[in-house]
Amino acid sequence: MKARVFVTLKPGVLDPQGKAIHHALEGLGFNGVEGVRAGKLIELELADTTSDADIESMCRKLLANTVIENFKIERMATQ
Amino acid sequence: MSSAVIVFPGSNCDRDLAVAIEQVTGKAPAMVWHRESELPAGTDFVAIPGGFSYGDYLRSGAMAARSPVMRAVVEAAEKGIPILGVCNGFQVLTEAGLLPGALMRNAGLHFVCRPVGLKVENSQSIFTSAYSAGEEIAIPVAHHDGNYQADAGTLDRLEGEGRIAFRYTGEVNGSARNIAGILNDAGNVLGMMPHPERAFETAHGNTDGRRLFEGLLEAVA
Repeated sequence: MKARVFVTLKPGVLDPQGKAIHHALEGLGFNGVEGVRAGKLIELELADTTSDADIESMCRKLLANTVIENFKIERMATQ
Repeated sequence: MSSAVIVFPGSNCDRDLAVAIEQVTGKAPAMVWHRESELPAGTDFVAIPGGFSYGDYLRSGAMAARSPVMRAVVEAAEKGIPILGVCNGFQVLTEAGLLPGALMRNAGLHFVCRPVGLKVENSQSIFTSAYSAGEEIAIPVAHHDGNYQADAGTLDRLEGEGRIAFRYTGEVNGSARNIAGILNDAGNVLGMMPHPERAFETAHGNTDGRRLFEGLLEAVA
């Protein structure tokens, strides 16, 4: 089984990297970009017995820093 | 005083910190590798150095905070043993939950490496007793992720409880309320981005950082 964990900065937390990407996009002439927030995607290969609670615990203990970040888990069925 | 300096793969200020500690305390600290599960018996001061532990993978300090030795450091902190985290050490302490908040990418996105002015906000702690309150000192910083952030309630509590040890006197990295160093609620854990071990000898330009170690020795010994 695979799972994807999306780690994003909480709303309201300043994102200097997102801001820099935004400026770079404008520099390339892309108009109408109203905001950019940068985050992380972490792909996990897991034993089928791994529970949702286990994945959530991984996120809370290591993958995200819940002081500043939110996370979203997406389980993917194995082909 | 028996000291320990924690060494992670990627630490690079461990030896500078050890030299500073040995010069002030007269005793070389034990260099404790991250795989150790215990601190040497009788350790009464723990220092976590600057550097790029685990290559800053995932988040600065995130991997180091979960290494075996940190369980022993958390236990030591709970017993009231003084713990100092400098730069990456500060990041490790926040990631380990020993200090609140988080250190994010500098607001200007640049690595900042220069001496900065600091205001001593609390001169009553075991780490800052050699300074006077409100005194301005100069200590170098060298970091990419020193932008201290916490929610407003946490910041108010830190201010109200006198737990801001040092503030930058000017803009450095975007830190909330110009915070450069904070204490835990018991006052025995200090995390700071500036490097006191780099303002230690007259050849460094000034010795403002040396007084932190001298004050600690006097307060603890």
